[in-house]
Amino acid sequence: MSIADSTATVARRGVSSPLYKVLKGLIAGLFSVAITMVGLLFVTFIIARVMPVDPVLSVVGERATQEIYDAAYKAMGLDQPLYVQFWLFLKQVAVGDFGMSTLTARPVVEDIARVFPATLELATLATIAGVGIGVPMGVLAAVNEGRWPDQLIRLVGLFGYSMPIFWFGLMGLLIFYGILGWVGGPGRIEIYYEDIIPSVTGMILIDSLLEGDFTIFWNAVSHIILPASILGYYSIAYISRMTRSFMLEQFSQEYITTARVKGVSETAVIWRHALPNVMIPLITVIALSYANLLEGSVLTEIIFSWPGLGNYITNALLSADMNAVMGGTVVVGAVFVGLNLFSDFMYKVVDPRAR
Amino acid sequence: MTTAPVKSNVPSRSGLKAWLSSDAPASRGHARAVQLYLGWLKLYENKLAFLGFLIIFSLVLIAAFAPLLATTEPNAQDLSKRLLAPGTSGHLLGTDELGRDIYSRLVYGSRITLLIVGIVAFTAPVFGLLIGTVAGYLGGWVDQVLMRLVDIFLAFPRLVLALAFVAAIGAGIESAIIAISLTAWPPYARIARAETLTIRNADYISAVRLQGAGIMHIIVGHIWPLCLSSIIVRVTLDMAGIILTAAGLGFLGLGAQPPEPEWGAMISAGRKFVLDQWWVAAMPGMAIFIVSLGFNLLGDGLRDILDPKKSQS
Repeated sequence: MSIADSTATVARRGVSSPLYKVLKGLIAGLFSVAITMVGLLFVTFIIARVMPVDPVLSVVGERATQEIYDAAYKAMGLDQPLYVQFWLFLKQVAVGDFGMSTLTARPVVEDIARVFPATLELATLATIAGVGIGVPMGVLAAVNEGRWPDQLIRLVGLFGYSMPIFWFGLMGLLIFYGILGWVGGPGRIEIYYEDIIPSVTGMILIDSLLEGDFTIFWNAVSHIILPASILGYYSIAYISRMTRSFMLEQFSQEYITTARVKGVSETAVIWRHALPNVMIPLITVIALSYANLLEGSVLTEIIFSWPGLGNYITNALLSADMNAVMGGTVVVGAVFVGLNLFSDFMYKVVDPRAR
Repeated sequence: MTTAPVKSNVPSRSGLKAWLSSDAPASRGHARAVQLYLGWLKLYENKLAFLGFLIIFSLVLIAAFAPLLATTEPNAQDLSKRLLAPGTSGHLLGTDELGRDIYSRLVYGSRITLLIVGIVAFTAPVFGLLIGTVAGYLGGWVDQVLMRLVDIFLAFPRLVLALAFVAAIGAGIESAIIAISLTAWPPYARIARAETLTIRNADYISAVRLQGAGIMHIIVGHIWPLCLSSIIVRVTLDMAGIILTAAGLGFLGLGAQPPEPEWGAMISAGRKFVLDQWWVAAMPGMAIFIVSLGFNLLGDGLRDILDPKKSQS
């Protein structure tokens, strides 16, 4: 047997091993992610170039002389053809440089590192609510298919899908802050508590606990509870609906009938037999909902003056701060793509059949 | 080829109802009518879906007869009647900061909402259908390229992409419509492609191809009709999302421009004094909520009706 033959055998054996397949899938996934990301950058780049805003003016100001203007125009590479500009942009992004924000006069990367934890904090709490309440609700609905708990949960979900989130947030503020005074107003924290505790993770809830400062912790809780509940409601609506349909799919399977015929208690059938099988597709749903919260909280952040990524991107857009817009959009897109990839990977790890 | 003519069993009961519920349709048109009628019956049975249908139907009526229903012109200002509470005589839902009647503005605003939803609900699915079926039918590198494109658009946050588009082409209803359509098409492309993959190797497609039909003829004439039902369900479910996105753009000042009575923009105007005069922001929000709930109820019911998997169980 020649060496070539034996390597071929090894390779063939390698192909059949599950780990290899997972890795291969991961690499293929990474490749497609790379293409998607370049596409994302390209679309963002084109939008930024189409914007009826003169990027030079926003740098040199309106009173600059023609010479200064021309120099800046050249320095920014705007005299180059579009594909060269795009290539320069790609090279910058590859080393994590999105340029300076004209709005905050700081590097965009720094800005994003500052605002992202605020969004992350909010989205994480909402997702915890979504999973903790949404999954049991979905199971309850599936078990009672067609009866009143199912109808009720369905209505709760449909209400969530139909509510304009900015209006919901505004009404929440009106009732719980304006009238009842139960929660803190807009913002992450009272203004006189700001910048007292050192920023370690950037998430105030965690930072204040690390410092052991409970006054600030409770103040932050009173501010985050309303926006987190409102985002959480959407998460609950989505996750409970998906859980219900996944559970119903399992209930129609024969192994469930078998378990029931064998006399397994209904509780065990639901929680021990059906639910573990549901967890697999549910991972994808949860990841998707998390990604949507990370990127889709734009309007909520505006209503609650929450200094997060959505707020940052919107403000940048409205003041034509194109570097910030591009940076923010790319980060959001990357998070979305990354979470998708992660859920694909988890799917394969958890479910042997998916390998 | 039309369907082979079936000898119709002349119904013993005469009348429209019998003709509509006939199980042996005499023509293609008759078969369609029967199908529509049966679908209608199912919709009528499903109380929630029917409620949704009623809401949408009322919306269309309100938009059509806005001048008759409104008590004042939508933009008629009367500064002596600023911020009147709901129930004040002549102003059912109160007045806004310029003394405009909120009820009349909502009535006229329904036209804007319907316009946006109507156009987006037509353009986005058609574009998605085209991309998806072409990708699915041709396969190969065309499929690869088109689906990557879909992935790229899906990776964008919907509202941020719409925001960026509107910012790039200027605020206004037309821009909002274009921006929402551009962000709404990718899911339809996915659905259409999946459907196409299951039918492209069917015998009847081969038969049409052997008769010499061109690619576009096969796609539009023979694949599209089969993708329609799943697309329609998705469209109905998406309508609520379209309304909410449009309202969100309006709220951010990027959709319809003042003084247009667009519901999202009305909320945005009322936001400033929500703590004192809650109704200015609350009323348009209720309108948005009711209309999108209507679309959601209808879509949910339609899915139950049109989804064959569901009706088997």
